[in-house]
Amino acid sequence: MGRVVVLGVGLTKVGEHWNKSIRDLFVEAALRAVEDAGIELSDIEAVIVGNMSSGYLQGQEHLGALMSTWLGLRGVATAKVESACASGGVAFHQAFLAVASGIYDCVLVGGVEKMTDAVTEDVISALIMADDQEYVASTGITFAGLNALVYREYMRKYGVKQEEIAYFAVHDHKYARDNPYAQYPFEVSLEQVLASPLVADPIRLLESSPISDGAAAVVLCSLEKAKSIKSEGLIEVVGSAVATDILSPHEREDLTTLYATHVAAERAYKMAKVEPKDINVVEVHDAYTVLGPIHLEDLGFVKKGDGAKFVVEGNIEKDGKLPTNTFGGLKARGHPVGATGIYQIVEVVWQLRGEAGKNQVSDAEIGLAQSVGGVGSSVAVNIFRRLR
Amino acid sequence: MIPSVPRVWREIRYRYRLIGCKCTDCGAVYFPPRPLCIKCGSRKMKELKLSEDGVLINYTIIHYASREFKYQTPFIVGVVKLREGVKVLAQIVDVDLSEIKEGIEVEAVFRKLREQGEQGIIEYGLKFRPKIKPK
Repeated sequence: MGRVVVLGVGLTKVGEHWNKSIRDLFVEAALRAVEDAGIELSDIEAVIVGNMSSGYLQGQEHLGALMSTWLGLRGVATAKVESACASGGVAFHQAFLAVASGIYDCVLVGGVEKMTDAVTEDVISALIMADDQEYVASTGITFAGLNALVYREYMRKYGVKQEEIAYFAVHDHKYARDNPYAQYPFEVSLEQVLASPLVADPIRLLESSPISDGAAAVVLCSLEKAKSIKSEGLIEVVGSAVATDILSPHEREDLTTLYATHVAAERAYKMAKVEPKDINVVEVHDAYTVLGPIHLEDLGFVKKGDGAKFVVEGNIEKDGKLPTNTFGGLKARGHPVGATGIYQIVEVVWQLRGEAGKNQVSDAEIGLAQSVGGVGSSVAVNIFRRLR
Repeated sequence: MIPSVPRVWREIRYRYRLIGCKCTDCGAVYFPPRPLCIKCGSRKMKELKLSEDGVLINYTIIHYASREFKYQTPFIVGVVKLREGVKVLAQIVDVDLSEIKEGIEVEAVFRKLREQGEQGIIEYGLKFRPKIKPK
């Protein structure tokens, strides 16, 4: 297996891009990544696009050929990768495999989602397609509703209070403030979070990731090719894994542990030859507040049931034991579904390069990004290391 | 969702009658029925008519729903553990929102689930309500 590095990264701001199409967003992020990589577009041999709902929300499929055309890349290999909200993380894994296999030297992988073309009730329909249409969506439950079942069970099983769990949203907003790409770059108080309307009891609006537009892109290269282009700022992909669980969470024996995170993390740690204690910076997929603590537990950073306490006590601040979601997470950076997994990776890369601005973690060497599809039905874990 | 008759029609047997399956090798029970056991990998699955009553073990109240369900909000969706131990996701009806709690006994009732837009068919299936004890 060949060694793979991140050569360039690029983002669009997350938000409501009324005047930009799904292709405008993707091309904008892709061109920034190519420029950051210091390569020519013609160096790209394959384009992988992570996206969940373009078919439903835009009436547009075949994003691989569409984006390649708009990038002027006739002839490249391409594919769209869909794994619900984990589309970005899983697309990255596929791009990693493509370069690690030795077949391609240079691959562009991006994620894109354009959610504001539709009204909220249709976005709700699109998101529940992450679970079984005939036996889950047909009950009327929403994606927030499925996570509400997890929330209720987590509070009951571990005796954790909603105030402790909801604090994750406060944390995210604090770090979005200094992220120029964030959808909501301002702070919120715990009181505001707890007073916001119920979406799916007990989940409140300000505990939920928003409806967002955005695109993110990464240029992956073989180490040999990368060294011929740059000598500094190379970030190696040292671990990359994807795992699955039983699709519908209510069928599992325990709602509070996301088995797929556990499995993907074990595989990625093993490949990277690291342990949880070696990780300096983390991005977790907190689509709803309760998932933040659960992910920190399932990734092996803290004992089951202690995740919320770990957060409230300040351990995930940028100067804490385990800096987490240092650009605002899904709640405040925003959650353009199929792009989110790539946003997380770009944020980890910025931390490892020392380009994180006011949110910089001091001397971060190893970082981890976790991308989750469905309620833990598909999970991608990618681990990165700064090359000296 | 695009309206479709066959998509609904082919599931009627399981949806209307709560027919699941049991693994003849390890005894695991599933709803809806499936060809392979995720616990032991066996392909020896046998159809099983499930009991139409059970216990509510978890629930949420949906306040914002999709186009197809928004006129029903707020409504309860819960996890019902049937006597065979299998868990089913369904709406919980005929109960006041303030009276819903885990642990109550529930029974299946045949109800309308959703309409496939203005020109599509109406989908039916099972919901659960608090058990009406015989007098």
